[in-house]
Amino acid sequence: MRNGLPSHSRNLRFNSMANMNANGKSHPPAQMAQGATAPAIEMIGIDKWFGGFQALKNVNLSVQPSEKIVICGPSGSGKSTLIRCINQLETIQSGEIRIDGKALASDAASIRAARRDIGMVFQQFNLFPHLTILENCMLGPVKVAGKSREEAERIGRSYLERVRIPEQADKYPAQLSGGQQQRVAIARALCMQPKIMLFDEPTSALDPEMVNEVLDTMIDLASDGMTMICVTHEMGFARSVADRVIFMDHGEIIEENAPDAFFEAPKHARTRTFLGQIA
Amino acid sequence: MIREFGPNEIIFIAMAIRWTIALSAIAFVGGGIGGLIIALMRVSDRPVLRALALGFIRLFQGTPLLMQLFIVYFGLNIVGLPTSPWIAAGVALTLHASAFLGEIWRGCIEAVPPGQTEAANALAYSYGVRMRNVILPQAARIAVAPTTGFLVQLIKGTSLASIIGFTELTRAGQIISNATFQPFLVISTVAVLYFILCWPLSLLARRMERRFARATAR
Repeated sequence: MRNGLPSHSRNLRFNSMANMNANGKSHPPAQMAQGATAPAIEMIGIDKWFGGFQALKNVNLSVQPSEKIVICGPSGSGKSTLIRCINQLETIQSGEIRIDGKALASDAASIRAARRDIGMVFQQFNLFPHLTILENCMLGPVKVAGKSREEAERIGRSYLERVRIPEQADKYPAQLSGGQQQRVAIARALCMQPKIMLFDEPTSALDPEMVNEVLDTMIDLASDGMTMICVTHEMGFARSVADRVIFMDHGEIIEENAPDAFFEAPKHARTRTFLGQIA
Repeated sequence: MIREFGPNEIIFIAMAIRWTIALSAIAFVGGGIGGLIIALMRVSDRPVLRALALGFIRLFQGTPLLMQLFIVYFGLNIVGLPTSPWIAAGVALTLHASAFLGEIWRGCIEAVPPGQTEAANALAYSYGVRMRNVILPQAARIAVAPTTGFLVQLIKGTSLASIIGFTELTRAGQIISNATFQPFLVISTVAVLYFILCWPLSLLARRMERRFARATAR
């Protein structure tokens, strides 16, 4: 299940879409009919407050293994907060989050164990500036996964190869362009061999000419069957990669649908307004 | 008998510099270890640790170094330890340096962008790996200049140890001054020696500060 084959992922995609058509939009798709697999991610009744401000309001979301979800919405709509709750960078006030059917716990060891399976890519890359590209990629495998330096270097170089910048391995982050840095950030997350990848506006801080190189890397990853949740305004990416597009506003999931239906026939006025604004 | 203030006297004072340097080194190394602990407590997730560290810092920043020396000096006696100027000065200056370096380094740790902590957390790094491999190396670069600046303060602060009978540069000056009855000349000599010790460090701190400002400017 870890790295599902593309054909398998296609299956899952149709399944989840079928579920959605049957179940309507506001509830997570029911357990898949064909197998005992639990959803990769299940969020049930999530409320999140920042002081007196409610950032998430009764959010329910279920993501099947290998499914690709794109979340969009105006700034401040809670979309980043939503995915940051999944790897517990934010704590929720009520509700439950399950990863592979296992509910997240709040003790430090459980949090770390859950995070090992979840990679995250940030808007601002957040590479470690004092380490070389290769060292950025090796630190986790050596210190967290307990791999030897040789093994970690092999893993690091192989993922740098995959994001197509093996030749930059010995440079420092500041010597790379934004697009290259973001691809390193993706490679660094992949070096931990996660089952799920979260992308928090990965192309928003990039110059326009660098957006595509990052999106291409993400498309590659998607075609390998990675479970992905992407907060992004790249609607071309959403159309070609997403199994479902989710629109959030004011901390709520307003609408979710397969990309074709979502873009061609948005049901809610707020979705239409938003799509009109970013088109 | 009144002695002349001659070469022998100057050499006597100059030789005492090593005790000033030794005491500074003890306080700096001890304060470095203590300061790291205090700084990490100050940025801890646990409110109890943060409060303890803050109390420690407030206590030592809010009282004169001289009082701290006295209290440790006489306190050693009360807890049954031998009253030794070496131990008293070493302990008092170490505690003093721990508080100040702890506060300086807390600021340096907090100056590392929060995205670094988030990335380390998202990658499932433990607290130890996050601090040792990600946060502290970056904080250390920021810390070099203010830490050197504090070292200058610390070296000058060791002069107060003369009052509890620790024979370092200032105390050596007093001894010679009492023997020669030329306090102005003798104390001026002592001051020059402090200046020779501290000035290069101040220059270094300023250079590093400028270099850091240039490196972080965009």
